[in-house]
Amino acid sequence: MCQSKSCQDTPILSIDNLTIDIPTSAGTLHAVRGISLDLKRGETLCIVGESGSGKSLTSLALMGLLGKRIVPRADRMEFDGIELTTASARTMRKLRGARMAMIFQEPMTSLNPAYTIGDQLMEALTLHGGSSRKKARARAIELLEKVGITAAESRLSQYPHQLSGGLRQRVMIAMALMCEPELIIADEPTTALDVTIQAQILRLLADLQREMNMAMILITHDLGVVARVADKVAVMYAGELVETGPVKEIFAAPSHPYTRGLLRCIPLPGKTKRGSVLGTIPGIVPSLVGDVEGCTFRTRCEHAAPACRGPIPLHSSPEGTHSFRCIYKPGSLQAEAALSTGTSV
Amino acid sequence: MSQLDTPVLELRNVTKTYSVKQGLFGKPKPLTAVNDVSIKLARGEVLGLVGESGCGKSTLAKILLGLEAPSSGQVLVDGQALGGQDRLALARRIQPIFQDPYSSLNPRKNIYDIIALPLRVHSIGNEVSRQKSVREILDIVGLPARVMNSYPSQMSGGQRQRVAIARALIMKPEIVICDEPTSALDVSVQSQILNLLNELRQEFGLTYLFISHNLAVIEHLATRVAVMYLGRIVEEASVESLFDAARHPYSDALLKSVLTPEPGLGIPDTHLGMTYPNPIAPPDGCHFHPRCPSAMDLCKSQRPTPLFDAAGRIECHLFSP
Ligand SMILES: Nc1ncnc2c1ncn2[C@@H]1O[C@H](COP(=O)(O)OP(=O)(O)OP(=O)(O)O)[C@@H](O)[C@H]1O
Ligand SMILES: Nc1ncnc2c1ncn2[C@@H]1O[C@H](COP(=O)(O)OP(=O)(O)O)[C@@H](O)[C@H]1O
Ligand code: SF4
Ligand code: SF4
Ligand SMILES: [Mg+2]
Ligand SMILES: [Mg+2]
Repeated sequence: MCQSKSCQDTPILSIDNLTIDIPTSAGTLHAVRGISLDLKRGETLCIVGESGSGKSLTSLALMGLLGKRIVPRADRMEFDGIELTTASARTMRKLRGARMAMIFQEPMTSLNPAYTIGDQLMEALTLHGGSSRKKARARAIELLEKVGITAAESRLSQYPHQLSGGLRQRVMIAMALMCEPELIIADEPTTALDVTIQAQILRLLADLQREMNMAMILITHDLGVVARVADKVAVMYAGELVETGPVKEIFAAPSHPYTRGLLRCIPLPGKTKRGSVLGTIPGIVPSLVGDVEGCTFRTRCEHAAPACRGPIPLHSSPEGTHSFRCIYKPGSLQAEAALSTGTSV
Repeated sequence: MSQLDTPVLELRNVTKTYSVKQGLFGKPKPLTAVNDVSIKLARGEVLGLVGESGCGKSTLAKILLGLEAPSSGQVLVDGQALGGQDRLALARRIQPIFQDPYSSLNPRKNIYDIIALPLRVHSIGNEVSRQKSVREILDIVGLPARVMNSYPSQMSGGQRQRVAIARALIMKPEIVICDEPTSALDVSVQSQILNLLNELRQEFGLTYLFISHNLAVIEHLATRVAVMYLGRIVEEASVESLFDAARHPYSDALLKSVLTPEPGLGIPDTHLGMTYPNPIAPPDGCHFHPRCPSAMDLCKSQRPTPLFDAAGRIECHLFSP
């Protein structure tokens, strides 16, 4: 949780109505539709959601890395007052090198196989930070050690393919932190890692984030990670933000049927009876090619009604921090669930 | 030993050594992926196998499936040495379900052909009876019969994993080796597959070896758990005793690392070093000593002897026999 004073400042990141359409041979794929969110310095936002729900696309849009073919639209997409949708390629490059950094899902796609780990780590600083090579080298070694890589100095001369997957992922994390970014986006940074290493890396990220007062967006499938790391949670389903809110509220009082379904799917150590039947969300994510109308979760939702085909209202808490999109009013499903399962929510 | 007590599957002192080359001109060096492992699976049991990546879990699974021959030691099925049984006969009794439902299914074959293949290989039945078997098994794994004509690329991850399960079960095996069967799946699909595996086990009295990184999943499904570190099983116990009172410092660290979905608890400190051991040059003494928060001088030079007791098996100097 963020305590520092700068937290009260205006958001470092502010997105309003981000939409990403992708032309495909079958028609337009409405991959991301109307995403709005704010993030302050020192805050961590976790984005969770089904695979293909648009998490990576959203982060690539923020980083200006969607490529030429895909043009994101938004009423506003500001990083510290800079409008990203209209920023030049040059501005974006500068921002990426110095103020925003991303840790990718697949480390091999962002490490260049032709350059040594050392060259790639130091490039970030010498190119954008204007540091000397000597300083950059010292910082590279410091960060490699921080992410738990032994014999850090000797790693500098190695190539990406000479490292194991876990090591490459840690190099990626070190690389993202080289320039002390103000915003860091981590796309499933620990999914491929072992649980012990995952805990260590997340602790490290959280410590560094606090130390540098970075804003962080962490994309993950793992609800355990979300609970332990997030200040705020954004739940995505089929390209839309279906629910956002403070982490404690999302876990204690999930409001959207998808969020509630997700939380029933995972065995809770010490709570779920061993071997008992777990909750499920039957069905699959619908195609987002062509016209997309109403609530896209209706093909899998146990509460679906004819009204779910029409426009879906957004309900916001009085403070405006917790909101979700559903035809049902806040609390109406919770009361019903509490009755049917006998648990308090 | 009575018929009932005979483990349906047993490994006796199994070791697997690979020869690996380091660099372009490096001399090949031995890498011991599985080091003197002994395990027994009783009928109907689910043995959960956990340990960090590269510790030898999949190698162990491949040995059990007869896909790799052990360098030394024995594999026994129903008390009979594996070498004595032919591969086809073995495949009828032990079937795998792998992690990746994308790459483990042939993209050019339709679902019917994929599921019926084992029947053809073993020349079981004719085309009519095979059709019937495939329909039955699709129903069991919760897929509609019409998917028979679909191709893997037209199915979701969860559906593909159901196809993989159907293919494994069509031979009516006794033992199923599940290597990370749900880690590539979404949370919402993972629970469906776990429920299915659990149901099938009860219905058909299957025995599972269940490999997973996800300790919550292991706790939910397993009856016994084996913890592996650098090729060795360092602790083995019932799921209750392991999750309630792990004894080996590595098991303890693993359990501490589990992030339960409880906001506000923060990220636990495992008190482990991050130094991954080099499997080609494993540390002397106890392989875990460079990372162990409880390491003593003795641990650096002397390998602990396993202790067998009522709770299971443990290999650590803190629990010397
Ligand atoms: N370059 C592209 N061209 C066409 N479609 C794309 C492209 N990139 C992504 N998509 C599609 O957009 C949707 C959202 O993709 P995205 O990669 O953001 O999902 P995700 O939530 O990150 O999923 P995962 O967890 O599997 O990585 C998917 O339907 C995907 O197939
Ligand atoms: N065919 C092979 N040749 C050489 N080394 C191998 C081979 N298969 C596995 N290994 C090595 O054996 C060890 C155990 O591998 P594996 O069983 O695949 O680990 P896990 O499944 O636990 O991730 C690793 O160090 C791995 O690199
Ligand atoms: S809008 Fe309808 S289908 Fe969508 S989540 Fe709410 S009840 Fe379910
Ligand atoms: S033998 Fe020593 S180093 Fe190994 S686990 Fe036990 S206490 Fe730790
Ligand atoms: Mg992604
Ligand atoms: Mg493996």
